[in-house]
Amino acid sequence: MYLPSTENPAKIGFVHKVTVTPDDVKKIAKLANLKLQKDEVDLFAGQFTETVDMINRLNEINTSDVPATYQVTGLTNISRDDVIDLTRILPQEVALREAKLTSHGFFVVPRVIDTDETESVI
Amino acid sequence: MNITPLIGLEVHVELETKSKMFCGCPADHFGKVPNTQTCPVCLGLPGALPVPNKKALESCLKIGLALNCSINRLSKFDRKQYFYPDLAKGYQISQYDQPFCSEGFLNLDSGKKIGIERVHQEEDTGKLQHTVLNGEKVTLVDFNRSGVPLVEIVSKPDMSSSAEAKEYLKKVHEIIRAIGVSSADMEKGQMRLEPTVNVCIENEAGIRYTPLVEIKNINSFNFAVQAIEFEIKRQVEDFEKTGVEKSSTNKTTRGYDSVKKVTFLQRTKEEAKDYRYFPEPDIPPFIIEEDFVEKIGKELPLLPDQEISSLKNLGVERKDAKILVSTQNQVAIQIIHDYSDDDRIESKKLASLIVNGKLDPAEHVLVRYQELTKVGNTDRGELEKVIQGIMLANPVLVADFKGGKIAVAGFFVGQAMKETKGTADPKTLSEVVLDLLNK
Amino acid sequence: MKQLHELTIKEVHEGYRSKSFSCVDLVKHFLSRIEKYNPKLNVFLALNPNAIAQAAAIDKEIAEKGIDRELLGIPMAIKDNFLTIGISTTASSHILEGYMPQYESSVTSKLLAAGAIFLGKTNMDSFAHGSSTETSDFGPTHNPWNPDKLPGGSSGGSAAAVSAQLATAALGSETAGSIRQPAAWCGVTGFKPTYGRAGRYGCIAMASSTDSPGPIAKTVADAALVAKVISGQDPFDATTSPAPVENYPTFLNNKDLKGVKIGMVKEYLLTDMRDDVKKLILDAAEKFRSLGAIVEEVSLMDPKYAIGVYTVVQRSEVSSNLARFDGIRFGHTRDSFCEETKRRIMLGTYTLSSGYYDAYYKKAQAVRTKMIDQFAEIFKTYDAVIGAVSPGPALSLGATKNQPMFGEMEDILVEQSSVAGLTSAGVPCGFVDGLPIGLQITCDQFQESKALMIADCYQRNTDFQQFPDIDKTL
Repeated sequence: MYLPSTENPAKIGFVHKVTVTPDDVKKIAKLANLKLQKDEVDLFAGQFTETVDMINRLNEINTSDVPATYQVTGLTNISRDDVIDLTRILPQEVALREAKLTSHGFFVVPRVIDTDETESVI
Repeated sequence: MNITPLIGLEVHVELETKSKMFCGCPADHFGKVPNTQTCPVCLGLPGALPVPNKKALESCLKIGLALNCSINRLSKFDRKQYFYPDLAKGYQISQYDQPFCSEGFLNLDSGKKIGIERVHQEEDTGKLQHTVLNGEKVTLVDFNRSGVPLVEIVSKPDMSSSAEAKEYLKKVHEIIRAIGVSSADMEKGQMRLEPTVNVCIENEAGIRYTPLVEIKNINSFNFAVQAIEFEIKRQVEDFEKTGVEKSSTNKTTRGYDSVKKVTFLQRTKEEAKDYRYFPEPDIPPFIIEEDFVEKIGKELPLLPDQEISSLKNLGVERKDAKILVSTQNQVAIQIIHDYSDDDRIESKKLASLIVNGKLDPAEHVLVRYQELTKVGNTDRGELEKVIQGIMLANPVLVADFKGGKIAVAGFFVGQAMKETKGTADPKTLSEVVLDLLNK
Repeated sequence: MKQLHELTIKEVHEGYRSKSFSCVDLVKHFLSRIEKYNPKLNVFLALNPNAIAQAAAIDKEIAEKGIDRELLGIPMAIKDNFLTIGISTTASSHILEGYMPQYESSVTSKLLAAGAIFLGKTNMDSFAHGSSTETSDFGPTHNPWNPDKLPGGSSGGSAAAVSAQLATAALGSETAGSIRQPAAWCGVTGFKPTYGRAGRYGCIAMASSTDSPGPIAKTVADAALVAKVISGQDPFDATTSPAPVENYPTFLNNKDLKGVKIGMVKEYLLTDMRDDVKKLILDAAEKFRSLGAIVEEVSLMDPKYAIGVYTVVQRSEVSSNLARFDGIRFGHTRDSFCEETKRRIMLGTYTLSSGYYDAYYKKAQAVRTKMIDQFAEIFKTYDAVIGAVSPGPALSLGATKNQPMFGEMEDILVEQSSVAGLTSAGVPCGFVDGLPIGLQITCDQFQESKALMIADCYQRNTDFQQFPDIDKTL
């Protein structure tokens, strides 16, 4: 039913109170590409602290004897043949249709400056 | 002060499968009209799901085997998450802690082993183009390349010079082409490289390491060499000035300017990148058994170094073997092997004749070979007759020779060769000409 | 004499055959009901502009070929997280307002191939984030039994559509309770197939490892037929099973449950559950016994842990699945997400971030393994486990305010079976305070026939599947 992973997850630990601070929330918002208002930052800090407390209850359960389950299907080795699927290719107009800004067949975004984020060669 | 550069190379290979990694769009994207080869999957539309390309998986395994890797029995895909306009889903499907292949090596000609950390599978991103539209600076995005299969080859930092790095790259390039999984055309971006460089400095104070630097935007082996050499110098100078040592948080990324021939610092992030890897829930994991690995292994052709070795074993000279292998002259290589048992043909000579363009392996090999290598007419009597005839016809030149113009002998050799229709043995002919002229 | 909107799938087909009414008649009938009641219920977000034309084509087909497609001419309500060409799809979020899908989902393709007609797209919790339909950016849906009450969620619109009889049947999806819980609060039949039974291609992803498309219908028989149509390996979804799909409708109409062994989960009779709700569950157990089944108490892990597992797994996967909504290729910018969605993305980003992955995500997935193992052990002896779907009846509008964990708390009784990927039928089992209560009949993976058989037998031997008189309740 599951594929064993190579390590054993966390063992029983103490349930300790974690505080999620507004600074934590700001860092997460950046990672999540979300802009938050100040009051949202404070609200989330409080709510997350509550949520994390509830999640930490999981430490009451000993999982040293089981692996993690990432896939409940039990399936393995699913792949498809290397053939071109004409039924799903979108015509250019359809691919571009729902975008706010396009130009001569391209999607358009404001100039990106952080070139070290991408693996692609420009 | 003892300086040892530590160079690692990360190579991305774009596979030449028919379709993309996780969908059935055509993978051949170079030069196509923008956004005409996309589907819900590679365009990252809501609700779309990935299904892996079997041929791409096998190609990754082949590359791993060719680089002497172990194929991991259990492997899976993971999501590598970050935001960028060319990354349609906001994550790249890649492999993190359970890649298909790991712990391989590649031997340089010197015999030095370069370790290979891992060979794993992932998907390519879309392509960006910067321009100005209506006075505003914008970036244009084309997703034709999004989802094309990539294989990432990560070496250990075992190279200690730019020359070793270049040799490693060339060999990897040859291997990829030999297996047939990609043309690895650098100009088309089918093979991309990223060196990571730092330096081990040993002096009276002890052994210390400079911070790691990853160099991006290098699209040729020569630029890689230049960039690495510049970077080594720069790091040593920097260390002498600041004494800053390598730590887990000071790895930086630099770009390479091929015009100014320098590396330059790209924007650094205050925090290290957090890709929040987790197992890809939309793709079940893989169990790759021994017999499947064997089957894939059997499909591998002889690799370049193996081919060169086998030719050398037949007596072929190394330089000729390298040329035949690097030009992928399979016909020639096959012919040489075919005739290796034939007493009438010497492999070494055959290879040399082919490489020098004198023998076309598509022609009737034996006949042509014999024509080219036969020993010419060494009958001095016959040759004397011919040469005497030419001397009679050219008394002025004979006089010139006797007067000291030794080079004139060449005229007689050439004429005699013509008259004998090339059948004269060159060595004997020269001797006879000189004998007669000197009489 | 039943009215058109009261007919089951079988009865609709009988009507077509006997020429009592046409497909155009039926569709027009529903459309006029929708026009009348939707303003008060807010069930439909968008209607199919081509419904009548499609109905006319179906009438032609019936005249020429008879009824040889399983859902021919059946008007359905489709949850708004399924991509449907020609009808806007928003997942009830501003970020997709006006989005016209560029492809058809696998499941709706199958429904169309079976001849179904889509009346429109139904309201849901925004991106399925909730168990109330109150987090919708387009206003909550009202419970047809009592408009001051919520319909449950996230498939609240689809459940209300069936309860208010604004469609013959509906399509929903369940990540953890999103089919069973609104079906329970609206007093209709909901069926969650095994994870991987029906393809997710074209269903806007919430938690990739538990999302399961499934029907909400008037009866178990109708649900069984729709479930059969949508099930099967999907070449565009690598997590679907190659196991053949059984012909579910043929497993129904058992006259009793002799030989069936049922486990009643004692932990699902929560200590703070109302006595009158508990009584209904115990009554159901008695009913099963009277039908010949053996019903015994069984024990599962305290469901409070399921909240932890589900919260972490779901929010982590959600944070990743919503990364593609960046406003570049479609939709609006990320500030258009509602607060609940932002909250879930944030928490999920946190639980996956470096330093926390092992403690949260990996730990949750390990506890998940324990839950799966527990069920596997129980299903060695028992054919099914039962319990309430929800701790109580439908809550009032506004109940979700300032409740950051509302969804996960409400789904406490269904999360375990969802994270284990099991199949489960939810059927009405009584009323408290004039509001319906639902019973879950949960079976092992790919035991849909069994779950449906038991649910069908129970339903035919009880009278709890009722529909409110919305002229009175609204």
